[in-house]
Amino acid sequence: MRRHASAIAVHAILGLYTLLALFPIVLVVMNSFKAKRAIFNTPLRPPLPMNFDPVGYTKVFGDSSLPLYYLNSITVTVGTIFLTLLFGAMAAWALTEYKFRWNTLLALYLSVGIMVPIRLGSVAIIQLVAELNLINTLTALVLVYTAQNLPLAIFILSEFIAQIPRDLREAARCDGLSEYNIFFHIILPLIRPAMATVAVFTMIPVWNDLWFPLLLAPAGGKQTITLGVQQFLGQYITDWNAVLAALSTAIVPVLLLYVIFSRQLIRGLTSGAVK
Amino acid sequence: MAEVRIENLRKSFGAVEVLKDIDLTVEDGSFVVLVGPSGCGKSTLLRSIAGLEPVSGGTITIGGRKVNDLPPAQREIAMVFQSYALYPHMDVAANMGFGLRFARTPKAEIEARVAEAARILQLEPLLKRRPRELSGGQRQRVAIGRAIVRKPQVFLFDEPLSNLDAALRINTRVEIAKLHKLLAATIVYVTHDQVEAMTLADKIVVMNQGRIEQQGKPLDLYYRPANLFVAGFIGSPAMNFIAGQVTQGGIDLGPDGAVTLAGLTAAAVGSRVTLGIRPEHVRIADGEGGLRLSATVELVERLGEAGYVHLRLPSGTVAVAEIRGETSLRTGDRTSLALDPTHLHLFGPDGRRMV
Ligand SMILES: Nc1ncnc2c1ncn2[C@@H]1O[C@H](COP(=O)(O)OP(=O)(O)OP(=O)(O)O)[C@@H](O)[C@H]1O
Ligand SMILES: [Mg+2]
Repeated sequence: MRRHASAIAVHAILGLYTLLALFPIVLVVMNSFKAKRAIFNTPLRPPLPMNFDPVGYTKVFGDSSLPLYYLNSITVTVGTIFLTLLFGAMAAWALTEYKFRWNTLLALYLSVGIMVPIRLGSVAIIQLVAELNLINTLTALVLVYTAQNLPLAIFILSEFIAQIPRDLREAARCDGLSEYNIFFHIILPLIRPAMATVAVFTMIPVWNDLWFPLLLAPAGGKQTITLGVQQFLGQYITDWNAVLAALSTAIVPVLLLYVIFSRQLIRGLTSGAVK
Repeated sequence: MAEVRIENLRKSFGAVEVLKDIDLTVEDGSFVVLVGPSGCGKSTLLRSIAGLEPVSGGTITIGGRKVNDLPPAQREIAMVFQSYALYPHMDVAANMGFGLRFARTPKAEIEARVAEAARILQLEPLLKRRPRELSGGQRQRVAIGRAIVRKPQVFLFDEPLSNLDAALRINTRVEIAKLHKLLAATIVYVTHDQVEAMTLADKIVVMNQGRIEQQGKPLDLYYRPANLFVAGFIGSPAMNFIAGQVTQGGIDLGPDGAVTLAGLTAAAVGSRVTLGIRPEHVRIADGEGGLRLSATVELVERLGEAGYVHLRLPSGTVAVAEIRGETSLRTGDRTSLALDPTHLHLFGPDGRRMV
């Protein structure tokens, strides 16, 4: 009986939180389909035939530069995920598997990256990027985001790699695999769920970030979608239809990526290996 | 197949010396079993041969080639782990052929060898299954199959049967014995199981605290253990030990009495010795005699055809005697036991066997 009650309580709290979290998103999506007047007069009312107006979407899709901004965002996000996972997993493997002199120190140094926000270094980063002639390139964004996400990725992946039975790696060594092949053919397939988790954690802040696009790639057709939306936010007039429509469409790619990654979140991938 | 020769092998983990001066030759095609108490260094020795553990000193030669500095892959060994260590994300066939794939073996050849191993180990219907869809015994066979397909010079087994239940253990043990004959393989095998050791081995190596206590044919170790440790370790139930002191013409066992024994040198008189005798060489017998000791029955274990009687001697030492058939003995009965003089073992003060 008590367990039943506490289950209800847990579900109530979670349900409330879900509502709270979804509310702004629902509001954005709902209002993106409404006429401007309806957005302001009755913001909480769902789109109905009488106030329906797809003007925001026609503007967004009519704008020739927005598809490019989407592509930029996708390129940056996917590029960052790829590099973070590759280097993160490699570094995690090296730090857990090999005993070398600076092992502990290096791990500690990397974990500092988790604690210190990268934005504190913005000025230095701008200088560095400018010196490398990477201002207004997607490369600059990918590099900065990769650096930002690596520490946590290494931290999480190390834990998972450490859980792969030692016998497996040694069996592979006896089987004659090189260290690279052990990494790519044994370790990577077995930490797929962990990599998916890291990918999700990496993806969302990168996709939503406004700070570094603004600093490092604010022009030259290299704007990301979050930055591109800003063109509808004027100093004197804001085209709310377009802003809401652009934000609503911006949800779709991340949602797709999330679906892809969440399919990798499989339990018990290593079961059957030992015992 | 090849001979494995180990000379003066030492291995330390930090300050702890785990293997001390190991000298061991595994003849070409022979089956050597390593036994010893937990933590004595069996796995470490096996892993050193495999190349998974760098050694601190000495040499390891496989097939006439010094392999100290070679990685496992180049030593032409195959190891079967206690935990099986199958690759969980591959099916049985891929597990077995995995090593060959990276050795750039032609695909047809890999398939042929996997099929051959699957036939020998009766794994044919399971080739497309994942490890998690197999029973313990099947996984063990896949692990052995993975070793076979690589046609190694030496097979290394680390307690391969310890995760199996009793019936499967016996089956697989017989399979391994057959496999050894079939492949004429050189095998080094670690086990905790006395029966496995006695039945499989051409040579048993008894280890203790990083040293080899004795190596030899199973029955030699059984009938002529070189020291107290081997005497107590080989055989189940363990050998009985009774402390005593050599006198003219016999051994004084203190409160337990005395035994008359010929063939003791006069020089030995006065030295402290340990008398050892296996339960099967102790009989329950009433009456007096040169090799009789009186005792009280503590416990009678009946296993069916045979049984064991635990007897407490006056000094407090407990001795076990094997009995055949039915017995009327009960706890608390006073009786006496007769020692078979041809199977008495005598160990000196240093624990070594005395002649
Ligand atoms: N990586 C290691 N670091 C430090 N000490 C180790 C390491 N591996 C093993 N040892 C120590 O070496 C000794 C021998 O270990 P080993 O695994 O060879 O024992 P074993 O004879 O195989 O025992 P068991 O029968 O329990 O498997 C043990 O005392 C163990 O604590
Ligand atoms: Mg062991």
